[in-house]
Amino acid sequence: MLRFQPWKIITILVVITIGITYALPNLYPPSPAVQISIDSIEGKIPNKVVEKISQQVADTGLSSYAFKFSDNNEGFDSIVFPTDNYQDQLRLKEFLDGTLDPEFVVALNLASNTPQWLWNIGASPMKLGLDLRGGVHFLMEVDSDLLISTRLESYLADIKRKLREERISISRSEISDKKIFFTTRTEASEELDDYFKSNIDLEYSKQGSNQYLVKYNEQGLSDLIDYAVSQNLETLRNRVNELGISEPVVVRQGKNRISVQLPGVQDTAEAKKMIGKTANLEFRLEAESNSLSSRTDLFDFSGQRIRLLKQVITTGDKVADASVGYDENGFPQVNISLDGEGGTKMHRSTRNNVGRKMAVIFVERKIKTSNNGDEIESYFDKRVISFATIQSALANQFRITGLDSPNAASELAFLLRAGALAAPMNFVEEGTVGPSLGADNIRVGVQSLMLGLFLVLVFMIFYYKVFGLIANIAVALNIVLISAVMSILSATLTLPGIAGIVLTIGMAVDANVLIFSRIKEELKNRLKPLDAINAGYDRAYITIVDANLTTLLVALILYIIGTGPVKGFAITLSVGILTSMFTAILVTRSLVWLIYRNRKNIDSLWI
Amino acid sequence: MQINFMKPRKIASVLSIILILISIFSLAFRGLNAGLDFTGGTLIEIRLSEPTNLEDMREVLGSKMDEDFQVSYFGSEQDVIIKIPGGSENNLSNEIISSLNEVFTFDLRRKDFIGPQIGEELRDQGGLGILAAMLVMMVYIMFRFQFKFAIGALLALVHDVLIVLGFFSIFYIGFNLTVLAAVLAVIGYSLNDTIVVSDRIRENYRKKRKSDNVDVINRSLNQMLGRTLITSLTTLLVLFALLVLGGDFIQNFAIALICGVIVGTYSSIYVLCNNLIFMNLNFEDLAIKKSETYDDGMP
Repeated sequence: MLRFQPWKIITILVVITIGITYALPNLYPPSPAVQISIDSIEGKIPNKVVEKISQQVADTGLSSYAFKFSDNNEGFDSIVFPTDNYQDQLRLKEFLDGTLDPEFVVALNLASNTPQWLWNIGASPMKLGLDLRGGVHFLMEVDSDLLISTRLESYLADIKRKLREERISISRSEISDKKIFFTTRTEASEELDDYFKSNIDLEYSKQGSNQYLVKYNEQGLSDLIDYAVSQNLETLRNRVNELGISEPVVVRQGKNRISVQLPGVQDTAEAKKMIGKTANLEFRLEAESNSLSSRTDLFDFSGQRIRLLKQVITTGDKVADASVGYDENGFPQVNISLDGEGGTKMHRSTRNNVGRKMAVIFVERKIKTSNNGDEIESYFDKRVISFATIQSALANQFRITGLDSPNAASELAFLLRAGALAAPMNFVEEGTVGPSLGADNIRVGVQSLMLGLFLVLVFMIFYYKVFGLIANIAVALNIVLISAVMSILSATLTLPGIAGIVLTIGMAVDANVLIFSRIKEELKNRLKPLDAINAGYDRAYITIVDANLTTLLVALILYIIGTGPVKGFAITLSVGILTSMFTAILVTRSLVWLIYRNRKNIDSLWI
Repeated sequence: MQINFMKPRKIASVLSIILILISIFSLAFRGLNAGLDFTGGTLIEIRLSEPTNLEDMREVLGSKMDEDFQVSYFGSEQDVIIKIPGGSENNLSNEIISSLNEVFTFDLRRKDFIGPQIGEELRDQGGLGILAAMLVMMVYIMFRFQFKFAIGALLALVHDVLIVLGFFSIFYIGFNLTVLAAVLAVIGYSLNDTIVVSDRIRENYRKKRKSDNVDVINRSLNQMLGRTLITSLTTLLVLFALLVLGGDFIQNFAIALICGVIVGTYSSIYVLCNNLIFMNLNFEDLAIKKSETYDDGMP
């Protein structure tokens, strides 16, 4: 008599049904598509324009229909044109980039082909990694040296102000090696004690008579970087969303890094320019003739030298929205709305200064390499982009004119909208995978999966006959379950991930080999066939669990320490181990039960 | 038929020690052919529209930049890989591509830049990962089996990892992150074998209390021989598929695992069992303690 609880078959059937349903969307891979949206949060593409663009696209023959999104009376948020392949997609994007006005954003995207009923239950295909799909990835690191010295500068200014209030003047001060050194003319310990009581991020020490040293303490330093990274993460997400790419990934990696993945993007230079730009704006008033020179900066603007106050009215991160427009004369301009705080500051500074000039300064972080080529230094490049007379008190809404070109205007609007980076960042890693390599990788991945599968299936049937067939059903089911679990977890499939699945196929039959060889052994020990089956499953069980658990532990370690390719491999390996335990033990046992349950006296097994 | 596996165990010990020494020697003096992942630098892979002489390409590149670079074919005479080790300015690759564009027609397949600090970190992480994997395994086996098995398994793992790394060093095969993942998978695989064999040794000890340990181990190995060979074979079959069809990216991964499966199968027989005999494993080590609950084995 075979021992088996028939209710387990119901469990198995439920799991298989769910597995097949959620694996199904992978048979309908999404089409490469081009998406058009308009360069403003509020903007809608008018119905007439949509029709015109659709006609133009249809004429190229690259895409025959369009998906339109979020219809309302005024128009659509975006239109998506699916194409047959990645080459057509790039051609269509090129065509649209050439024909459409700069206020339209043309981006590469994917159009889902998943049938509606699957979509409704939340089933969607596995995401493909950059190595299979093509695209760009960046790893960016917060430039903590520059961040710290910038912050210390503002602290130094604050300390000076505080001491001035107490009538203590500083004779000498410098910032070097992430520390502030300063010397006061008179004893200032008491005042400084008082000041640093409220600044818990910093610590100060007395170095000699009236000489002091200020630096970040450990907690303050890690808080500073932590804050900067989480702020930058937010900003980068905004910027990436502005680019209109489907399924971008922007995640924090480690303590001070952010990883950005842009599937489908080919032009690294362009993507880097938009994402990595640490641009900001400063709004400043023109200096008056009696302003102290220590409180002003000199700038060049269209061939003349202008003097501006060092004091900044407000900065670009207070911008709530920005869009491109044209003035009466057809020159490009950027319409800016400030948030509440920025608007208040702007109003306070401009209401008493009507008739005075205000400058908009474009601040960009640049890197220069020193002469010997080893040391890289970063610095802020500040450029006046607009210098105009304040016509009336400004508030939340105003505009910047005097821009070079429509492109400059739309770039500036983009950067203002997407926000400024809280701390400058460096690119420490970047990679591009071309679409042809991606397609090749999918092909070799699928081919080696098929060949591996074929070899194992043939071998198992040849060696274990009926039982081999049962094991093969389990292996096939295992692949379905791996795809289902990967799809449900919305995990990303990479080429090393496919290698992990292939390896799982080879190793998953191990459980069945253990069981079957045990059954053979028990048959040799003169056990009756059905008893031998029972004994084989029972005794091999502990071994299988032990062996699989250890492999799972290794896979988990791989996942924790690994990045990129290693992680992809670890995911499919762990998922494969778990699903294979289910299929190799439970599924095969129920199949064996179904085959042999009604046979009372069998003399031999086909094994 | 019984094979006396343990008879040539002294020869096997000598063989293992020689292989390990060669590996350590090669790793110390020759090192690994570390890929871009670990060294940092720039890599560009292009597919030319027609076969091109590498000399022409070197000339074009040499005239445009001062940095050291390597140009090599990758699979065919139309696929070329350009490597520039080190470097911090990541605009370099764009400059190279535009200067190549003036002379050749090609399709950009892949472009990577990895900063030197990342390479260093990955190296540390990789080493740490291997150590962590071994440590966790040892604790697990100590908990599930017994101290002597843990020592045996650990030595088997060190043996396998060193020989696979040594193999990569001697033949100077490219070692990148994916290969590192394979080395860690070798740890998992080799352990799998070790546990299956240990499991059977434990079972046989508990069945027959008064037997010679060489005899018990031999019997266990013979019982598991079929399974060990078949599992190694199926795993090698799929790895073979990956090696042949997986393309250049997966090739070295497959080599590492093939090497690891062979060495791992060998080590679960000789390294583990040799150590069990050496440490004089006996019945008392494996007596069922009262606290141990026994699983009835029903799935």
